[in-house]
Amino acid sequence: MPDDERRLTRRELLHSAVRGAALVGAGAALGVFSGRGSAGEYVWQIDPDKCMQCGRCATECVLSPSAVKCVHAFAMCGYCEFCTGYFEPELNGLNTGAENLLCPTGALQRSFVEDPYYKYVIDEDLCMGCARCAKGCRMFGNGSLFMQIRHDRCLNCNQCSIAAACPAGAVMRVPADSPYMLRGGDAAPE
Amino acid sequence: MQRLNKTCCAGLVAVLAMLYALPAESLERFPPPDFESGFVFPEVTKPGPRPQLLEYLDVSVLIGALSLAAYLGIRKRSRTGLAVLGVFSLAYFGLWRRGCICPVGAIQNVALSLSDGGYVLPLSVAAFFFLPLFFALLFGRVFCSSVCPLGAIQDVVVLKPLRLPMWLEHSLGVLPYLYLGTAVVVTMATGRFMICRLDPYVGFFRLSGRLAMLITGGILLVAGVFVGRIYCRFICPYGAILRIFSIVSKWHVRIGPRDCVACTLCEDACPYNAILKPSGESAPGGIAGRALLARLIILLPLLMLAGYIHGKRLGPVLSKMHPRVRLAEQLWVEEERNARVRSDQTLAFIEQGGVPKELFGEALLLKSKNESWGRLLGLWAGAVTGLKLISLSLRRRREGYTPDRAKCVSCGRCFSSCPQHRAERRGLLPVERSVPDGS
Repeated sequence: MPDDERRLTRRELLHSAVRGAALVGAGAALGVFSGRGSAGEYVWQIDPDKCMQCGRCATECVLSPSAVKCVHAFAMCGYCEFCTGYFEPELNGLNTGAENLLCPTGALQRSFVEDPYYKYVIDEDLCMGCARCAKGCRMFGNGSLFMQIRHDRCLNCNQCSIAAACPAGAVMRVPADSPYMLRGGDAAPE
Repeated sequence: MQRLNKTCCAGLVAVLAMLYALPAESLERFPPPDFESGFVFPEVTKPGPRPQLLEYLDVSVLIGALSLAAYLGIRKRSRTGLAVLGVFSLAYFGLWRRGCICPVGAIQNVALSLSDGGYVLPLSVAAFFFLPLFFALLFGRVFCSSVCPLGAIQDVVVLKPLRLPMWLEHSLGVLPYLYLGTAVVVTMATGRFMICRLDPYVGFFRLSGRLAMLITGGILLVAGVFVGRIYCRFICPYGAILRIFSIVSKWHVRIGPRDCVACTLCEDACPYNAILKPSGESAPGGIAGRALLARLIILLPLLMLAGYIHGKRLGPVLSKMHPRVRLAEQLWVEEERNARVRSDQTLAFIEQGGVPKELFGEALLLKSKNESWGRLLGLWAGAVTGLKLISLSLRRRREGYTPDRAKCVSCGRCFSSCPQHRAERRGLLPVERSVPDGS
């Protein structure tokens, strides 16, 4: 059937034309995208100046416990004995009994340096990112305790579910070569 | 001692009350002490993200898997090979890489880089988006067959596939195109990635996730035992692009290795309704058929126009999804009611020194922009519906059984149903080595 053969070649020709156009188009698009600037990756990070320590980081992250941890800028800390990030606002007594401490998991730990100063460190395996210590430190202290996404834990989801839930718009994409937004002049890359 | 502690506490409370009066911005209330014991500040640890090199490893694995899938499907004709490759992809891209980045989600990154000047598409994301498209133009949907982790997790649970009636298959088959348009418009209008938020299977890859996500995924997986690849066929927006590209692909998997003799044995082999029967007596053409086609072609612009007109109503829906518009509406309500208790959103806005008037102006502008986005989406929906109707009314003459290139995911389940394939495998026929192109 000559008619049938002609029909087939016509469709083949059409397909080749569309295929060629699509190849050229996709190639051009790829060229445009790769030529538009740095090809670096992005990671998610919290801007500590925008963060309002609402505590959603602890619950919204797809990881459990969250990849958000409290970070301590040691150079900014006042090394207070009465740390408002460490103690509950209304104490039963000035001792380190669990009922007096803000941190629900005991992740914020302190050690004596010299009278009357204490050093505060975070055990990241215990920290769940609830930001209670950061809130206390921000409200009454120096703000040296703040929340950061820890990249050894973060899965770097294409859409960070914390970013979608953050009321302050503090979670943003940052270039992967400077993945932290640290307080206290410590933001310079290593 | 007890009394001393009480005094201490009272003193602490007094100090706190005093400090509370200070504005929140004044940090460094307590300057770091001059230590006498020679204490040095510890370093703040900064564990880095996944090295860039590994991202390129992912791209290499993707290229390797795509090439292997094309080889196994078209040249080697090995269903077993494709199944093994699928399990590998499920393990690597799914369980090991936790499903991110994937080409389905990369649609949104591409859309965002078009709408947001501050976002430059990373090279590895561009590779993940474009490579399967190139392969689809050359070899059909080999990405779907055994490289996509979402496809692989569904492919392993297809145990008792039922045949869906064609009217349902065709109606649901429109959804991926609508989802594609919606996802692109939502990303460009609001910056939100709805495909990632609604991905039903990624929770299994991460072994955690929101309950709703895990339940949806579980239901879809159980349903997937009876209706093969529900997500791929009726939801996947990336599949929508791949379908178009697969129709015009240079090469494509075939049911049998040689010319079809129309023995009908493969008729029920496809769990995805993707095998086209020979056209037989229901020949194309005819006056009635042409008249219908002509009417549908006239209908297409009308549908698009209707979509354009009514698409305006999608504007408010998009605005509801936009974080800035939501913030503005929340703030508006609180200002109107003189609310004493503020929501976290508005508190943060005020704390960051935002000016309500500017925000309201911005929101109004966004709302009118979103109406245009809605019109665009309506236009797209009209076009999809019209083109689907046209494609349904096109009849083509087919001699034998062929895979429906749009729907076929190149999984290779039909291979063994072809007697010529089985004869070759048992050495009863010489192995056909020429890779046929065309249909």
